[in-house]
Amino acid sequence: MSIPEPEITPVNAPHWQGLREGRLMIQRCTKCGHHWMPAREDCPSCLHDGYEWVQASGRGRLVSWVVYHTAFNKAFAGRVPYSVAVVELEEGARAITNIVNWRDGLRADQPVELAIEEEDGVALARFRAV
Amino acid sequence: MSLRGKTVIAGIGHTKFGALPGRSTISMNVEACRKALADAGVEKGMVDALYVKYPTSAYESKYGQTLAEAMGLRPRIGGVWDQAGASNASMISFAAMAIEAGQCEIALVAASDNPKSGTRQAYEKVRNGDGVASYGWFGIAPGYAMIARRHMAQYGTTHEQLGAVAVVCRANGADNPNAQLRKAITLDEYLASRWIAEPLRRDDCCLVSDSGGAVVVMSARRAKELKVKAPVPILGFGQGQTSWEVAQRPDLTATEAVVSGKTAFKMAGLAPKDIDVAQIYDCFTITPILTLEDYGFCKKGEGGPFVASGAIARGGALPMNTSGGLLSETGMPGMQLVIEGVRQMRGEANLQVKGAETCIVSNQGGVMHTHSTLILGQRL
Ligand SMILES: [Zn+2]
Repeated sequence: MSIPEPEITPVNAPHWQGLREGRLMIQRCTKCGHHWMPAREDCPSCLHDGYEWVQASGRGRLVSWVVYHTAFNKAFAGRVPYSVAVVELEEGARAITNIVNWRDGLRADQPVELAIEEEDGVALARFRAV
Repeated sequence: MSLRGKTVIAGIGHTKFGALPGRSTISMNVEACRKALADAGVEKGMVDALYVKYPTSAYESKYGQTLAEAMGLRPRIGGVWDQAGASNASMISFAAMAIEAGQCEIALVAASDNPKSGTRQAYEKVRNGDGVASYGWFGIAPGYAMIARRHMAQYGTTHEQLGAVAVVCRANGADNPNAQLRKAITLDEYLASRWIAEPLRRDDCCLVSDSGGAVVVMSARRAKELKVKAPVPILGFGQGQTSWEVAQRPDLTATEAVVSGKTAFKMAGLAPKDIDVAQIYDCFTITPILTLEDYGFCKKGEGGPFVASGAIARGGALPMNTSGGLLSETGMPGMQLVIEGVRQMRGEANLQVKGAETCIVSNQGGVMHTHSTLILGQRL
């Protein structure tokens, strides 16, 4: 069973298009410079309604992670155990992601780098702990 | 003007807890309200406010009006409140404020849900607007696990310390004839419990329950006029909310119990050292650890050693969840903690803390998005 596909909207389309092209695209406020994920229309920091898409460096740190031993969704029944993590990009935005080498052991605040992977036809912004 | 002690919880009522197949949330709410009114000695016709937590399992528009109709009430004020698990303590504080503002005199505050036997559609629906489901990010327990992992990394909290919460709540539930799960566990049994979302095990997770609970709120003055038999004064209340999803929180281990508790303690004119017994929302074992720290019962980061020290057990400095909490009495989100707080302050709890004069009640919801605190005093 395939993983749930992201719901592509006019607002978030550049993010998913960027991943298909090998780039992690995130939004930056044109007024205050705040970066954020996931995609939304207005800057959650200063409420400005203007933003631009910029390519993230792909570097960040591991904030926390969990290992699923129970599938909360049928598509993941055959994938347990698997890990989901929170990563903070060096631009400041936070992302829900997977760490591709989680089985090697992880530690909080470990540096991570972007490792885009395709799964069931969806390009995902995963990370590698370094 | 402080609202300290101005309002009271005049009556409490609840259904059985567990699998109650065939019971609608409306019927369970009516049962809980009927019992709470009888406990307070108040006629239905005197009720002029109805606050109800919407059933999380299945959303229904104007649920408050549906419940009012089922009881033939004409509330002057009220409605459905949604702060998830923080709703009950918050609705009680909104009722107290409405009473003091002259908007109503006698309020029913109620909550019911049937996730065990009824639908769980709300929990099963996959929304993927932000794409996180594509990464496998689902469920409530993993959200708390994400916080627990960070707390372990940041402060050295251990599995054994998480387990200490489960051991205490399960021991208390085992002695509670009304509890859904009456099976105490040892720390070794806890450590052998299977992983759900590591670092959380099955025995870190609350029960799933069909249930209903209600309380009657009125002014202390009105309770005296009506000769209510055991009114329990509300000494303080407070709330707090973060806007952020777990992933977005600047510090995953910081919760809204800080501001919620501070507000309630200030109103009550009390400090953590003045509290005799605690009913702390224990949807997962990490939750009381964070809450006790953020309330100031121990330093930030020392919640693990605090719960493992015996402080929260029977005979400890701060006996906690004396009827078993969400881990053992019922998974109902929060009202049972208020009800047990009232029993303790009446001196009629099953595991009564002798001489207890103050009780703190914590309700919280989402993945530590919302928090609400009540501080109760000894019955008038
Ligand atoms: Zn901005």
